[in-house]
Amino acid sequence: MAVRVQAEDFDVGAEIDGVTRDRPSVGGVASFIGLVRDIAGGETIRSMTLEHYPGMTERMLADIEAEAHRRWPLDASLIVHRYGHLHPGDRIVLVVAASAHRQAAFDACQFLMDWLKTQAPFWKKEETPTDTRWVEARASDDAAAGRWRKN
Amino acid sequence: MTDQPIKLLYFAWVRDRIGLAEESVAPPANVSDVAGLLTWLRGRGPRYEAALKNERVVRVAINQRFAGPGDAITPGDEIAVFPPVTGG
Repeated sequence: MAVRVQAEDFDVGAEIDGVTRDRPSVGGVASFIGLVRDIAGGETIRSMTLEHYPGMTERMLADIEAEAHRRWPLDASLIVHRYGHLHPGDRIVLVVAASAHRQAAFDACQFLMDWLKTQAPFWKKEETPTDTRWVEARASDDAAAGRWRKN
Repeated sequence: MTDQPIKLLYFAWVRDRIGLAEESVAPPANVSDVAGLLTWLRGRGPRYEAALKNERVVRVAINQRFAGPGDAITPGDEIAVFPPVTGG
């Protein structure tokens, strides 16, 4: 289990290698990479600034990761999330889940992303050619996170 | 509430609207929970009113944990106020 919050880019292959190295019990790895899009709400996005709450961010990501390990038989996992000034095509987030079998890896990867999007204290500000604006939270993200809620 | 202040942190558009990233405040004794704190902050001026007017939107964390309107605030707490998160 590991979480990192950083300004720097990451090497996806190297990060996945790091998760599976010396873990011969791993039979499947699922990963998700989130990128900066060049269009949002019909408007061109020139760049984006991601801010976060240092301290709480790491704590929430670690909590979310621990919850995934309670729910699925994971051998290892990793969350890397960037902050700072990013441009279209730049990587924002990497989530990796490794397990003996694929289903746990797929499900845990999706869970980690859905929960991260609604619980980790990051905020995006988009820069268009004419304006800057804070991104509004989406109801669809709440719905995606809500389906993992236990009754 | 004693004289010991609480530390307030503001993020994203809450910070932009208030015009401060952080401050120390010592609310009166009758301010004992998150809802009371937000009401008291709103009374501090138009910038606070503009930032905090929508109670359903504003999120609060006490000592880096999400908190609800009825959660108690204690002198020395670090209390963050921010919009719904939009990372990932």
